[in-house]
Amino acid sequence: MPPSLSAPARPAAGAPLLQATVDGAVALRLGPYSLRTTRRRLIVGAALVVAIAALAALALGVGTIALSPERIWQALLGEGTPRDGRVVWGIRVPRIGAALAVGAALGLSGALFQNLTGNPLGSPDVIGFVTGAASGAIVAIVIFSASAVGVALAAVGSGLVTAAVVVLLAGLWGRRGDGGGYRLVLVGIGVGAFLAALNDLLLTRVSGEISIAAQTWLVGSLNSRDGDILAVSLVLIAACLPALAFLSGRMGALQLGDDAASQAGVPVTATRLAMTAVGVLLVGAATAVTGPISFVALAAPQLAWRLAGRGRPALVITALFAAVLLLGADVISQLLPSALHLPVGLVTGLLGGIYLLVLLSKGNRK
Amino acid sequence: MTTPAPQDARLCARDLSVGYKEATVVKGLDLDLPVGRFTVIVGPNACGKSTLLRALARLLPARSGAALLDGREVHRYRSKDFARRLTLLPQAVPVPEGITVADLVARGRFPHQGMLRQWSPQDEAAVREALAVTGVSALADRPVDDLSGGQRQRVLISMALAQDTELLLLDEPTTYLDITHQIEVLELCSELVQRGRTVVAVLHDLQLAARYADHLVALRAGELVAQGGPAEVVTPELIEATFGLRARVLEDPETGAPLVVPLAGRAALPGGAVPGAAGSGTAAQGAAVPPGDAALVGSEA
Repeated sequence: MPPSLSAPARPAAGAPLLQATVDGAVALRLGPYSLRTTRRRLIVGAALVVAIAALAALALGVGTIALSPERIWQALLGEGTPRDGRVVWGIRVPRIGAALAVGAALGLSGALFQNLTGNPLGSPDVIGFVTGAASGAIVAIVIFSASAVGVALAAVGSGLVTAAVVVLLAGLWGRRGDGGGYRLVLVGIGVGAFLAALNDLLLTRVSGEISIAAQTWLVGSLNSRDGDILAVSLVLIAACLPALAFLSGRMGALQLGDDAASQAGVPVTATRLAMTAVGVLLVGAATAVTGPISFVALAAPQLAWRLAGRGRPALVITALFAAVLLLGADVISQLLPSALHLPVGLVTGLLGGIYLLVLLSKGNRK
Repeated sequence: MTTPAPQDARLCARDLSVGYKEATVVKGLDLDLPVGRFTVIVGPNACGKSTLLRALARLLPARSGAALLDGREVHRYRSKDFARRLTLLPQAVPVPEGITVADLVARGRFPHQGMLRQWSPQDEAAVREALAVTGVSALADRPVDDLSGGQRQRVLISMALAQDTELLLLDEPTTYLDITHQIEVLELCSELVQRGRTVVAVLHDLQLAARYADHLVALRAGELVAQGGPAEVVTPELIEATFGLRARVLEDPETGAPLVVPLAGRAALPGGAVPGAAGSGTAAQGAAVPPGDAALVGSEA
């Protein structure tokens, strides 16, 4: 075996900011600090930012009142008519903000749980957390006739409780081993099915009016959501971002299984606990704003990871892609004729389902 | 902290017991693993050899006693601090689909990295060296999925090397490999020891263990049967005590290492002195061995 090897290239004084690494990534160095990514991820990320800007511009114009680009521009600058100003600043900008933040939060939450369970099905909407959040909301609406804020709090609280029950039943931290993630998915599906039945039972036992209010909440939508809830959720989601930046490296190590991650210096149990907490917080904050929205958390991380060229977890790409997915779905739902008007939750369900089916059938053939 | 470690051992077990649920798999073991040597742990299935290795690498807690690294209990280290000194390559590593060889090897750098220190010049150098030492530089851009079993194992060892620890523990690194690739992996282990690392491996194959190890540790039913150089440990008496196998030990004409030749036919097996079986004359020298397997409990992880 060749004992000698070429001396590693030392970065010269005028070394480029971006250096190619031995494993095909690029490193960005500033003094003792360095970040790594890949060229492909930089390009995909930039393309997604452009897509978000384009969709946001489109979303400002579409809706019950169509606005021309000039009127949007004037309204944004505060120079348009008061009515245009209210439509743009009062309705559409918060709606776009909500779509982007909720989309990103759902995508990141899905990425966390899929990494945690090592299973592409391990997203919070599949493993019962979203159904659990819905149960809380229904109880709040049906039994306590709660306010919008009360409903949101109940949703987040019951989502947390559901997560705790699923994790305890699955014994994720008590019993180590390769079956842990799979067991979590199965237990989550079981708990979710139980809660879904409970939700239906509650809805059939109340008057039509209350039942309709609850049903409306159950179909995820970006329509006229409470501004205070949006503000609190935005703060919660933003607070999760530093934690995600920290956890991202550990998630990469966990891709190789618990044993290898532990040997690489990852405190596995503490990391799993932190990932669960952040994941539940993200999905809770998102659900509080829009109600349950399916498939973004399930499909976006998988699609984004493939788009990013696989390899390490791609959290930034996932957040951007999921934001594009939800905002795009909302724009589509706004563009449909009103007779066909669908809430965004149904549009994401349709879109995400089609994409995932295509991907899974491709994957199986390979 | 507790018993001071001898100068020539950094990794020790002191009255170490490890188990799962009710079963105690490793029972009160005292062991010093010599620095700068290739130590191989051998023993029959379910003797606790992988369990011992996992306890030394703090993948399992000690039930009583302690596993010590540099005189300090392994569980008292901070995770990354420990991972810069010792690493264990697990028997099975789930490799993410589509990952390239160099990316996988680069994962070994995790304990040297941080949130704002994601790729240093040292990371680059260590990965290049690990790829070169294990002879997989030419495969760097290939997906791991495309490799043969032997190449894959070398890539995983390369990942462990990139971690740049002085102590390297390997859990059954030759399982599922054909004989050529087993030899290849063991030659690599010897070379790593010559380069100054301390390597500890669990092996199934006593013959290969005797040939490559500097230091052999023989376990049976979670207890130490013998330890020492291959010439001291690989004797007919100790083979019988460890494996319940009756064998002759010759000198390997190729290397001078002990060569294990099981007795012919059923004579090699416990209580197997079948009348009329070929070679039973030689077998008569061996004492009857109690079938100790009934005492074995639990399963090896």
